[in-house]
Amino acid sequence: MASDFVVKTLDETTRAIEQSIFANRFARKDGFLQRLDPRFKLVGVLCLILLTGFSGNLKTLLFLYVLTLGFAIASKVPLGFFVKRVWIFIPIFSAMIVFPAIFNVITPGAPLWTLVTFSSSHTVGPFVIPKTLAITKQGVMGALILVMRVATSVSFAVLLIVTTEWIKVLKAMAVLKVPEVVILVLAMTYRYIHLFLRTVEAMLLAKKSRQVGDTNIKEAHGWIASRLGVLVGKSYNLSSEVHLAMLSRGWSDNPRLIEDFTVGYLDWFWVALTAGIIAVCFTLR
Amino acid sequence: MESVFELSNVTFRYPGSDIALESVDMVIHRGESVAILGANGSGKSTLLKLLDGLYFPSKGEIRAFGTVLSESAMRNKKFANQFHAKVGLVFQDPDVQLFLPTVWDEVAFAPLQLGMDKERVKETVHDCLEKLGISKLKDRAPYHLSEGEKKKVALASVLALDPEVWLMDEPTSSLDPRTQGWIIDFILELTGRGKTVVVATHDLEIPYVTAGTCYVLGQGHKVMTRGGARVILEDESLLVAANLIHRHRHFHDRVTHAHVHRHWG
Repeated sequence: MASDFVVKTLDETTRAIEQSIFANRFARKDGFLQRLDPRFKLVGVLCLILLTGFSGNLKTLLFLYVLTLGFAIASKVPLGFFVKRVWIFIPIFSAMIVFPAIFNVITPGAPLWTLVTFSSSHTVGPFVIPKTLAITKQGVMGALILVMRVATSVSFAVLLIVTTEWIKVLKAMAVLKVPEVVILVLAMTYRYIHLFLRTVEAMLLAKKSRQVGDTNIKEAHGWIASRLGVLVGKSYNLSSEVHLAMLSRGWSDNPRLIEDFTVGYLDWFWVALTAGIIAVCFTLR
Repeated sequence: MESVFELSNVTFRYPGSDIALESVDMVIHRGESVAILGANGSGKSTLLKLLDGLYFPSKGEIRAFGTVLSESAMRNKKFANQFHAKVGLVFQDPDVQLFLPTVWDEVAFAPLQLGMDKERVKETVHDCLEKLGISKLKDRAPYHLSEGEKKKVALASVLALDPEVWLMDEPTSSLDPRTQGWIIDFILELTGRGKTVVVATHDLEIPYVTAGTCYVLGQGHKVMTRGGARVILEDESLLVAANLIHRHRHFHDRVTHAHVHRHWG
């Protein structure tokens, strides 16, 4: 049972990486964001993420979040998938981290909901527990703003990723003056992650096909450690061979990349739209 | 006939390991079709990497186009670029050769690295993909391709430079019979265009069809013999000694029996 847990964890992790990195099913749909030049899209989304980061107003954040939902619909990304993908990890964890800040122990302010009233205040370590323990309006507002800021930023990032093939995102990074050698290294990493995921999957299947009965957790850990060693060895050999293949086709330490992006009217509309959103956000402040 | 490669007494040893090739003498002429035959581990792949200037002999000398192929010569960027534009190697494992995320990037890599103008690169990539009938794969990632498609992309990535010399490591391994036939036709087309083709293989169908010169590498990592393809392929005892054919059970009509058996021709 315990070893099942280890193997299942490995199996599911492999699938999760594969789905999050290699799922191009929405990137190939004919939607609004998919039709944009990746360079314009990348810069626009980064501007919107920055705008979200600087927004300290719940109304602005709600406006931006609703916009991400609108972009998702216009880009044929199912809302259920999109909302789940955004909320399932980062904002929920942010909410857990920010949870203590809603109490007047951390954020003093006007009480919204009184929880307990003690005979006197107490000091516990660096914290002073006031006579009346309450959730404060300022605390809730601060927490809400932080969670919404995280959720909206993640929403923009997810929109960029699910509507653009990874390689196009990487190539678009050239517009941000990211050195070509960095882009090439990232592109190659992206290409070989898949190969290693397949290797891990084959190892798991080979283990399952030969396993009779249960193995204990210690054996399972030992097996994973040995497979990690095998993978390191394989990746080392592969990297040497890949380097030779690169040299064979004229690699020098000065890579040249080429992209085939074309700018259209829709891209200029996107620029105007981004500028308009920024202007509206300033008005809402 | 003008020689492309001349190897004199070439020995190669991997660092901290046993000898991979010993005392190899070889002359490959322009336009020649050469098959390096040998069992697994006989040193065929190492020999191709030496010919491609990726490894350098531990002993002996390799001359390519009349110039000694040494580490210091390959450090000269101009010489290295000229050499790699003339000599292309197709690796055995396409996953090694296809290191970029899309087919288009892969085919564009070599001409870009060797300084071809970007517009010409686009035309070259288009032409290569058309020629090999893989244009529809241009935006695909290598991991979405079948083994046969990967092999065609690997060939296209070398074809983009249209090198004078083609080195191919086990070009038909792990491929279905139809793709194997396609690869053999491709080799014949190259030799027909006057290209020098050196194929390292244990698939005896290739030298049978291309009918060039054969070098047989033995288990001792030495050249056992050299000769015309038909003469070598007729020498059963030589092929058995080189582990290229063996005695095994098989059918003849409804009779199962065992003897040394050929699968080519």
